[in-house]
Amino acid sequence: MTAKQTPLYQQHIDAGAKIVDFSGWQMPIHYGSQLEEHHAVRQSAGVFDVSHMNVVDLHGSGGKAFLRYLLANDVDKLKTPGKALYSCMLTDDGGVIDDLIVYYMNEDWYRIILNAGTHDKDMKWINSQLPDFPDISLNERPELAMLAIQGPQAIEKFSSLLSDENAGRLAELAVFQAYEIDGMFIGRTGYTGEDGVEVILPGDKAAELWKQLMTVAVKPIGLGARDTLRLEAGMALYGLDMDETTSPLVSGLGWTVAWQPEERDFIGRAALQTAKQNGLEQRMVGLLLTGRGVLRSHQQVQFTDGSSGEITSGSYSPTLARSIALARVPASVKIGDSCEVDIRGRMISAVVVKYPFVRNGKSLIETEQT
Amino acid sequence: MSNVPQELKYTKSHEWVLAGDDGQVTIGITDHAQELLGDMVFIELPEIDKELAAGDECSVVESVKAASDVYAPIAGTVIAVNENLADTPELINEDPYGEGWMFRLQIADVNELDGLMDAEAYEAIEAEE
Repeated sequence: MTAKQTPLYQQHIDAGAKIVDFSGWQMPIHYGSQLEEHHAVRQSAGVFDVSHMNVVDLHGSGGKAFLRYLLANDVDKLKTPGKALYSCMLTDDGGVIDDLIVYYMNEDWYRIILNAGTHDKDMKWINSQLPDFPDISLNERPELAMLAIQGPQAIEKFSSLLSDENAGRLAELAVFQAYEIDGMFIGRTGYTGEDGVEVILPGDKAAELWKQLMTVAVKPIGLGARDTLRLEAGMALYGLDMDETTSPLVSGLGWTVAWQPEERDFIGRAALQTAKQNGLEQRMVGLLLTGRGVLRSHQQVQFTDGSSGEITSGSYSPTLARSIALARVPASVKIGDSCEVDIRGRMISAVVVKYPFVRNGKSLIETEQT
Repeated sequence: MSNVPQELKYTKSHEWVLAGDDGQVTIGITDHAQELLGDMVFIELPEIDKELAAGDECSVVESVKAASDVYAPIAGTVIAVNENLADTPELINEDPYGEGWMFRLQIADVNELDGLMDAEAYEAIEAEE
């Protein structure tokens, strides 16, 4: 299979990107320095091409009933048009098929944004659940591009490119809320722990917006920095921090499961309820490396009582200038516990911390926990 | 294109070797290698006086992206390491053949240097990747 390119491929090449294969897409990993890109998002503003993500529109009056069954979070919480919700989509066993964002645009239109790497199985699963629900049509929107503009100056810089009416709407936009105007779908969401927007627009308009963003000093940011930014922000990454073998309850995503109202049946509910009643044996925590090295996925974590856990995702934190990780550990582990991580055969000291590690450019670690 | 200085010797595993007159050699990783790995964040260096055989894993360069072993290009005893890399690992990105050097060996047999690649041969390896 030939790797796919987004409508912004040429912009990446022009910006000096190093291109890698990401789930069958030719995507920029960095444009020279991942660290500089990371800092640009924490300190000013950057733009990510996330056009590889899967945008699916659900039209018809049956959308709400379907999504209330399909998703572990409850779209009935969405009352204001444009409001978004983060949710997991579960198997019958309570494993995570994918995590997604769903926007409630109106009674006849929900928009879902799913991961690129899970595209085929997501669509197969969603389509397999659909026949039981009337009055819905499902439309994938591969012709759309998506740009995430993130950072403390992201909204100000993006706003300077917009019509007065659009800029006015943006200034009023609440977090986790979207609107449509001038052919753009603009949501105040992101995956970095900074303020910003995600903009969905026709693919043939994406390069123009990209170029305009460059003129107001918004920096292009690759997938490398996207990963370190989301890790600092304590946001789970599908495939590492959770997958079909782990439930949201042991992945730090229990808050996304809507148990109320009790009469709402959703796929995976029975399995999660049983797991909860039996007592959860594991939970997700943050780790901060106190020794030298870099924490990585799948490294083993040893606690002083002999119990052990595993790092689900780890990296170097450019903001903290230390290595951090998310780890699935025994439920008995407490914040502040010390542990050792097996890094390439050597046991290196680390401490259990609360996450997120960084929010809005500021460390949440040094002041509170060390 | 990455920089491949003519005066250095190279290995397939992307180390460079600068031969001194006195049986001492300086070793680092190539511009191509640092480019592949990206921003360095942690460098583990060999211990002074350690005796290495050619091909021994003796050091680790870790970027934001991944960890990678560095191999001894040639047999010898470690006589110096670049202490600056502990606090400024980015020297390897900025100046891989200069300030970003990693360690020095006193080699046993200078003839072993002939077994290493010259710049032209290393450029051919890079071109294949």
